[in-house]
Amino acid sequence: MGGSQSDRAHKFQHLSDKTGFSIDQINSLHKRFMSLTENEGVLRREHLDNIINLAVNPIRRQITGAFFDKRNLGQNEDGYLQEIEFEDFLTILAFFTPPKQGTSEEEKQNIKKEKLRFLFNMHDTDNDGFITLDEYKRLVEELLSSNETIETETAKAISDAAMLEVASVTMGQMGPDEYYEGITFAHFQKILKGIQIETKMNINFWNLDTIRVQCGKSK
Amino acid sequence: MDRLKRTTFILFLMLVASLLPLGGHASSPEVGTGNGKVRDHQGNGDTTHKANYTKKAFPVLSFDYKNVRTPFEISLWVLLASLMKLGFHLIPRVSNIVPESCLLIVVGLLIGGLIKLVGEDPPVLSSKVFFFYLLPPIILDAGYFLPMRPFTENLGTILMFAVVGTLWNAFFIGGALYGVCQLEGDYLGKVELLSCLLFGSVVSAVDPVAVLAVFEEIHINELLHILVFGESLLNDAVTVVLYHLFEEFSSVGTITVTDVFLGIVCFLVVSLGGIMVGAMYGILAAFTSRFTSHTRVIEPLFVFVYSYLAYLSAEVFHLSGIMALIACGAVMRPYVEANISHKSHTTIKYFLKMWSSVSDTLIFIFLGVSTVAGKHNWNWTFVIATVVLCLVARVLGVIGLTLVINKFRIVKLTTKDQFIIAYGGLRGAIAFSLIYLLDENHFARKDMFLTAIITVIFFTVFVQGMTIRPLVDLLAVKKKQETKRSINEEIHTQFLDHLLTGIEDICGHYGHHHWKDKLNRFNKKYVKKCLIAGERSKEPQLIAFYHKMEFKQAIELVESGGGSKLPSAMPSTVSMQNIQPKKPSQERALPQVSKAREEEIRKILRTNLQKTRLRLRSYNRHTLVADPDEDGWNEFLIKRKRMKDLEKMSHVNNYLTVPAPPPDSPTIARARLASDPQAWVIKPVTGDIPTIKVELASPQSPESVSVVDEFKKSSYEQEDEDGDGLVMKATSLVAKKDETGEDDKEPQQRLQRCLSDPGPSAEDEEDEPFLP
Repeated sequence: MGGSQSDRAHKFQHLSDKTGFSIDQINSLHKRFMSLTENEGVLRREHLDNIINLAVNPIRRQITGAFFDKRNLGQNEDGYLQEIEFEDFLTILAFFTPPKQGTSEEEKQNIKKEKLRFLFNMHDTDNDGFITLDEYKRLVEELLSSNETIETETAKAISDAAMLEVASVTMGQMGPDEYYEGITFAHFQKILKGIQIETKMNINFWNLDTIRVQCGKSK
Repeated sequence: MDRLKRTTFILFLMLVASLLPLGGHASSPEVGTGNGKVRDHQGNGDTTHKANYTKKAFPVLSFDYKNVRTPFEISLWVLLASLMKLGFHLIPRVSNIVPESCLLIVVGLLIGGLIKLVGEDPPVLSSKVFFFYLLPPIILDAGYFLPMRPFTENLGTILMFAVVGTLWNAFFIGGALYGVCQLEGDYLGKVELLSCLLFGSVVSAVDPVAVLAVFEEIHINELLHILVFGESLLNDAVTVVLYHLFEEFSSVGTITVTDVFLGIVCFLVVSLGGIMVGAMYGILAAFTSRFTSHTRVIEPLFVFVYSYLAYLSAEVFHLSGIMALIACGAVMRPYVEANISHKSHTTIKYFLKMWSSVSDTLIFIFLGVSTVAGKHNWNWTFVIATVVLCLVARVLGVIGLTLVINKFRIVKLTTKDQFIIAYGGLRGAIAFSLIYLLDENHFARKDMFLTAIITVIFFTVFVQGMTIRPLVDLLAVKKKQETKRSINEEIHTQFLDHLLTGIEDICGHYGHHHWKDKLNRFNKKYVKKCLIAGERSKEPQLIAFYHKMEFKQAIELVESGGGSKLPSAMPSTVSMQNIQPKKPSQERALPQVSKAREEEIRKILRTNLQKTRLRLRSYNRHTLVADPDEDGWNEFLIKRKRMKDLEKMSHVNNYLTVPAPPPDSPTIARARLASDPQAWVIKPVTGDIPTIKVELASPQSPESVSVVDEFKKSSYEQEDEDGDGLVMKATSLVAKKDETGEDDKEPQQRLQRCLSDPGPSAEDEEDEPFLP
């Protein structure tokens, strides 16, 4: 991201308007981005895999995937990109900013919907618009994978029960011959109504200035 | 109905009134010193007897009240408190307008007045009794059931309010009062600065008892509740330090900079020391509970005794007893609950609620009685100034602090929130007791302080307590959402936690989630292994939650009976077959016997699957969330029989989920399919084949599958020959003795096995596709 200072400042201003971060935050995130990518300027999956703390995260695969998911980056097609730039990095991170004070109720609902959409995309890996039972089962297994013993039976039971619950909550009456395809986005919204996503799914970006920007890898 | 209630209430009053003279006569000396007097009387009695020995007739019936006096008095008071509680709930109209604490104080006033009329001296709330017997149950109840998630998420805010807010209040009120006293001149002029500061520090502390009593009834949203309540708990350290500081130096008269510095150090010692003491006892309790699997009966006792010891140990060193108690309860809870039996858990819950309830009632009644009994010195200026300054200081403090806090919070505090926080700063009995403890020689105006404190308490409890509910409604403050803790929410909450931790790691930001994740991993790796017995130490949280849910569903299923009362919640007929992906199906003739019946059964099961009872979402002392296993065994059996009748008439699809139970969770019931023993071997899930077995349309003998409750098995195996719980057909052999007896009546039973059961006999049956 070379260029003169004013060029960069102009670019950052543009990014700030687009994503809602402040200039300071964008500066520090940019530093972080650079150290993650070893100053290459484009982020690839292996860069994210190098973060030590992320390696113990049970859902790292999905988190990494989310950064490269075309759907999250505003593109209408499926699939994954191979590498992303700083602007895309910021776009993804913008999903985790809280709604600013003074946003209207309607905007808050929109923000909530976007966040839920982000979550939905993380689960719906084949992008068919449904979270099928298999995908859900994989999710549960991954969540439980941080333990030594993977109890596959229980994982299956849990995912089945959860699916069942979604189906009953959203569909109500279903005849014995009907088939419940999977959780659609509308159903997803419905079952997660209780969790206040717009307040919970947030990172506090304010103190990024003081964090040392070395990433956890050693090459 | 109304008349009946009124008459009953009047009868209660009369009963209580008849107890009063006795109680009044009995408690004329201070409650705490009753013992001493009893012994004296006895001693005197003995000597007189020996001196004037004459032969009397053998006393067939004698009256010896003095021996029994103290326990008798105490029991009378407790009984009085409980009867009052009963009485209030008989007249709901009044208790809707007036919070219970107000009513109790009024009752206390009446009783005090009555006792005075009788001619006795009404007892004053002895500080020793208050701090050692009445306060700990309430705090333990609060600490043990403290909702950790919102508490830790808002810890910074709570600490700000508790520490900085209380300090600000104390100094502002103290200083301003001193100014007022100086201005007033003649009578008040002699009040020293230090006395004023002491008074200020005592009166500024928000009281947990009062806050609990009032906030419980208004069902405010979780955030505000935890903010005010957390503040009331954590400001104890500040109060203790300030109190001792000013008390110590009031005799000396001056304070130097060294003293201030020492005070700050003392504050850190008091709070951190208290927490450490509590945590230590908590770990001890958790460790002890690891070995209690054979003596389940005394499990609750360990919880209570260790906590009480924590409190007392902290008091020995003048550390903050309240913080010790909270720390003890909060630390021990996750481990103890994993170790103890379900019944012990219920016992602990009920005992804590009971004790705290009675304590709370007694405190308020005694407050009323002490008002009548105590020596008062009404000084208009001082009292009015105190009340006004309290309000002003509180409002200013909250507004000022929120300005600072909102810079750091993600979810900002709105003006409405600030108003409720300011308005919810109630004072209570702790302040009163602290003033009462003061030495009269050092504090010449003790009675004036006492009067002022009581006025402030009355004001906050009555005025603020009564008006907060309509204000909450008026301002449309968000109320507590009655959310069901469904398995989906649990899954997604955990997912969200991991996601946020991951994002924080990517950003290189060591935030809230990062540390929480580290703590969790440390906990899982080391701590749980030490403190939790057996296999459960490895049980991940999701699975634990899931098992709990299953347990409840199994109970509820049987509780709801055999369809005679269909639950009114949203019924649905979704079943497992609706979820499983379609596979090329075989032609099967599946006669649906009495489809309506089947629908009905599905409805019941679905509804029960949804109605996950929450374990402890409500902190309301008055209405515990009903524990499903409270019902007696008799009802259980009756309902089970009803269920069986229902099953007789149709084929049943079991849609309960069936996890394989971990080998040693003996006291937690699981719903499971009781098929033949070999089916119990957990077979690895092969590929993507759903392990739902469907019976082929083959003339195999119908088998029965039943839902077994573990805790039933042992005790009821003999009694129950019909099999237990839900009886279904399976394509496996019968496990229980005579289950097939009645099932044979149903000629065309098909198994629709649910979920994760590995299947009865995987060898002889292929993994069949599910019903289309």
